[in-house]
Formats: sequence, structure tokens, C-alpha cells
Amino acid sequence: MVGQQATGVQDISETPWLDKDADSLVRIKGITKKFGEFTAVNNVDLDIYQGELFCLLGGSGCGKTTLLRMLAGFETPTSGSILIDGIDMSEVPPYERPTNMMFQSYALFPHMTVEKNIAFGLKQDKLPNSEIDDRIDGILKLVELQDYKKRRPQQLSGGQRQRVALARALVKEPKLLLLDEPLAALDKKLRKQTQFELANIQEQVGITFVVVTHDQEEAMTLSSRIAVMDKGEFVQTGTPTEIYEFPDSRFIADFIGSANILDGQIVKDGTDHVRVSTELGEIYIDHGQSIKEGSPVWVAIRPEKIHLSKNAPKKSGPNQAVGMVDDIGYLGNTSIYKIRLADDRIIDVTAPNQIRPKNRTHLITWEDKIYLHWDASSAMLLNK
Amino acid sequence: MTVVNHSDERANHFSNALLDVLRRVQSGWRTIVILVPFAWLLIFFLAPFIVIAKISLAEVVIASPPFTRMIEWTDNGIMTIRIVFDNFLYIFDDDLYSRTYVNSLKVSIISTFFCLLIGYPMAYGIIRSGPLAKKMLLFAIILPFWTSFLLRVYAWMGLLADQGTINNILIWLGIIDDPVRMLYTEFAVYIGIIYTYLPFMILPLYANMEKLDQTLNEAAADLGSQPTNTFFKITLPLTVPGIIAGSLLVFIPATGEYIVPDLLGGGNVQMIGRLLYNEFSRNVDWPVASAVAIVLLFLLVLPMAIYQYYQGKAAEQ
Repeated sequence: MVGQQATGVQDISETPWLDKDADSLVRIKGITKKFGEFTAVNNVDLDIYQGELFCLLGGSGCGKTTLLRMLAGFETPTSGSILIDGIDMSEVPPYERPTNMMFQSYALFPHMTVEKNIAFGLKQDKLPNSEIDDRIDGILKLVELQDYKKRRPQQLSGGQRQRVALARALVKEPKLLLLDEPLAALDKKLRKQTQFELANIQEQVGITFVVVTHDQEEAMTLSSRIAVMDKGEFVQTGTPTEIYEFPDSRFIADFIGSANILDGQIVKDGTDHVRVSTELGEIYIDHGQSIKEGSPVWVAIRPEKIHLSKNAPKKSGPNQAVGMVDDIGYLGNTSIYKIRLADDRIIDVTAPNQIRPKNRTHLITWEDKIYLHWDASSAMLLNK
Repeated sequence: MTVVNHSDERANHFSNALLDVLRRVQSGWRTIVILVPFAWLLIFFLAPFIVIAKISLAEVVIASPPFTRMIEWTDNGIMTIRIVFDNFLYIFDDDLYSRTYVNSLKVSIISTFFCLLIGYPMAYGIIRSGPLAKKMLLFAIILPFWTSFLLRVYAWMGLLADQGTINNILIWLGIIDDPVRMLYTEFAVYIGIIYTYLPFMILPLYANMEKLDQTLNEAAADLGSQPTNTFFKITLPLTVPGIIAGSLLVFIPATGEYIVPDLLGGGNVQMIGRLLYNEFSRNVDWPVASAVAIVLLFLLVLPMAIYQYYQGKAAEQ
């Protein structure tokens, strides 16, 4: 019992956004930013809590970078306010804010060595030299660049520069670290590796991170929470699991990952289930949604949630379809199957390649007749 | 199978040969591209320099041309080479020359300094202005070049003269009673040189600042640096190549400047350009004039070498 209670407390501290009484580190209230006629950020509200790794995710021009730059103080909001640790930032210039930023271009000073770059921020705080040296050593150890102190930025690789930029921003121990596309300039392999490193470093230093990215995989890997932005507004805010498994709009279901989205109509809305008629036949969803019967909706099914079988199901029912394999995308670990249905509609299905194929040929191949089915919990009902 | 291989090989041979030809043509082009500026320098710089150097080692005579030949053949077919260092000794002996050199360098250094003082904020301002204003301002910087240099200097004479525009306005305003002497003073020469060479300072500075990453300023501010500190720690060090390029572009021609000290300075400001002109056309002493030119050249080679060094360094980066 005591143990259970302790877990409950732990849960709250790891998900402070669920706690109504928790004080946020950053409070964004009704922020709008206009550049002439163009509205980059439109009336956005957001609370970010101490220790979070918060991602602003969206395509180019969605306003995510503008929002980040307003947090750093490089852009002045047209209206609304930003509070960091309870203090209104409207009149605070960038050089007095408790934030540091890691720039997309890294913006390392080319005429300074790695050491001097990192020391720059500390010198502004008039710290004693001995402490500056200690902190530089500590942070270089954290990003594993101890041997590169005397190098200039031009003499470093892209990944090393990225780590210097991170170290330079981190060494001031800001209340809030802002990262603008921190991994975008790295190649794919390094990026994947660095994602985890970045999350580890964040955990070690305990500083709140706000990361801007257009890469959803990056956002999913890194974040405690994600805010998906579009046209200057938040479309959905939540944990990676919430965003992926419980999208609250067609836009999110389509934007995050991939999904087969079907037009449908509510046939029956029960307390514990919903029946929707779609071009894929009747779909049964095992949770209520309280949407009026007969109203048009969308049903989204993630490709990996659909099972493929070469054998016909024992009995017909909802959540089933039949088609023909139109195309296969073999990715090694998984395969993407394009299944053509009787009405020429293509359904995407992904399946892990768990079994090493015999005779180097796969079980499912082109032109195969194939049966599809999915669990009652898999389909996602969307009405906006 | 073999047939296929064979034709493959032949195709390979052919394409290799083709590549070889292309490579040769390319390297030929490379030679030509390098040769053109070399030939230019050879014909228009080195050859005249050799002629001048030769004259500087001759003696003045009343003849045409007014100097002795370096190589002469006697009737017996014996070649005599005559080299005279008197001209250089004369220049070092007569302190008129050394004073004039020093004065030229002084005027030139001070003018360069003021060009930098005025030009740097101007270039910085242009960089910071909006896209349309930037174009207009750059245009305004280049605009004076479309009028004759001589005309512009004459215009300054009109402005600076005792009965000129500036004095007239000051008297009319009641600020002064008698005209202030400005024309034919060192002050007028400074005005003229700074005015003339300011664009040569601004344009390289602009080119240098244009390349500066503006996010560096943001990064500095983000790390807690106030704007003035950011300027001295980030912007200024990164614009040193522009400062050097601009300063040399002002300093080198300003040292040898003839028209400005002649027209705005009258006889009161001795600069080496005027001296050289006097030796050459009034005294008709080509050998001494050539020697003056050679010494000036060496005075300027030093800053040129520094300029080249920094250019090379910038190119490396």
C-alpha cells in the first residue's frame, strides 16, 4: 500500500502537467507574433515544467522557431506574455534572460578556440578564472571533447561542433535551454546516436530543454512532451505516446507517422464501443466516443497495427478486409506492403521481418491474395 | 561472353582516352587562365618598372630623351655600361626629399585613420539597414565615381575658398567676421583625401561585414554579452580583414596622391606626388624623378606585402 502510494507520487513528479497545482517554469500566455501581415504565432498558451524535455514539432514556417526566439528574447511578441520562473520577460533583453540557446547553425565564434567559445558566456558573468576553468573542464568532459580545447571551430567535424555549441549553452547552467534544430546538420547515423546522447545529457544536468525540430522521430525519441504546431498554432500537445496513439485530429494522425485514413459514418455509438461504416467495411472500435450517430468521421489505422494473413479468417466479421499485394517496400527490419483492395484503394501495412526467409524468398510476395485484420482497439476515430 | 567483354574493354579504352584528352584540354585551359594575368603584370607593371629603374640609374642631360643611355657602344665595338647612383644619394642627401616622404606618409596615415573612423560606422550602418535602404546607400557610396575626380576637387576649392560657400555661410550666420583660411592648408588636403578615398574604405569593409553571420551577435547576446561588449569581442575582431583591406586601399594611393595636395594644398603642403611632378616636368630631371618614384615604390611595397599576406590568409579560410 505504501509502495503503491509512493509510485503514485512518482508518477505526478514525472508528469507535472497532470498536476493542477504544479508551478510551471515557463508560462506562455496568449502569445502572438506578427511580421507585417503575416501571423507567425497565433495566440498560443503553454506551460513547461522544470526538468522537461519539451519539443516544438512542425513543418517549416509553422512558427516553432519564432516561438523559441521569443523565449530567447530575439523577437518581441506582438501581444501576450512570457513568464520564466514567475518573472515577466517582456522588458528583459536577451543578455539578461535566464535562458541559453543552441543555434541551428551553432553560431560558434570562428576567431575563438573551443575553450574561449565556452568561456565567453562565463566571462560575462564575471566569474573567477579558476571557476571558469573548472566549469569548462567539467562540461568538456560531459560532451567528451577534453582533447579539443585549443581547436578552432573550423578544425572540428560537424558532430564535434554540435557538441561545442551544446557545451557553450549548457555551461552557464541556464534555467531553460533552447535548442533550435539541434541535430539537423548531422548525418543520419550520427543524428540517431546523438538523439540518445542529448536526452542522457539532459537527464544528467536536469536543465529544462525546449527543442525545436521538424523531425518527428527526433521529437518522439527525445521528448517528455511534444507540441505539434501548424500555421502558428498548437494542434495537439501531449506525450509522444499520446500524440502517436491518440491523435485528436485528422491532421495529427496524418502528420505523425503514417496512417490509413478512411472516410466513415457512425452506425452505432454505444457506451463501450463504436461501429463505423467505411469503404473498408464495418469497423468496430472497443471504446465509446460519444459522437452523434450518422455524423461523418474519419477512421485512422496505423500500418503496423494491421495483421496480414494468407489464410482466410475462420469467420467473417468487422475489422477485416481482403486484397492483393500491389507493392512491397523491403526495408530490412520491416517491410511496407501496399495492399490493393477490390475498389482499388491502397492500404499500407508494415510488418516486422521477424523470421529469416527460407530460400531467400519471402512468405508474402507480389500478387498474393492477402487477408487483413486488426484489433478492436487499433482503429482511431477522428471527427476533426 | 568473350565478345561482350571485348567490346566492353574497347569502350573502356575509348572512354579513358576521351577522358585523357579532356583532362589535357582542361589543364591547357588552366595554364592559359594563369598566363593571362601574368602577361598583364609583365607588360603593364614589370616592364615600365624596369624602364623607370633604368632611368633612375642614369644622368640627366639636355637632350631627347633627357638622360644618358645605360649601354653604349664605342667605335671600337666595346660596350660600356654606365650606372650612376647619384640620384639616390641626392635624394637621401637633400632633406627636402626625406621631409616630403615623411610628410606624405603622415598625411596618408592620418587620412587613413579618419577614413576608417568615418567609414566603419557607415559600412556597419549599411549592413544593418533594410534591403532597399542598403541598395540606395551603396549606390550613394559609388555615385561620386560617376563624376570626374578633378571636377569634385574643384568643387571642394569652391567650398573651402576664402570667398567660398562655407566661409560665406558662416559670415552670413554671424558666426565669424572674417573668412577662415581653409583652402591651401593641410586641413584642405585632409578633407580632399578623406573625401576621395572614403569609398575605398567603405566597400571592402562592407564586403567583409556582409559575410559576417548575424547569428554570432545573437549568440553573444544570448550568452550574456551587452551590445558594446559584443561589438568589441565579436564584430571588431572578425572585421579585421576588412579593416586591413580598406586601410591599404586608402593608404597606398593616398601616399602618392598628386591632384589633391596640388589643388587644395597649393604650395603649402609638400607631398611626394607633387615633388615627383615638379622634378619630372618643371626641372626635366627624369633620373631624379625616377629615383623618387622607385623609393616611393619601396615605401609602399611593405604595406602591399602585408595586404597580400592577409588576402592569402583570408583565401585559405
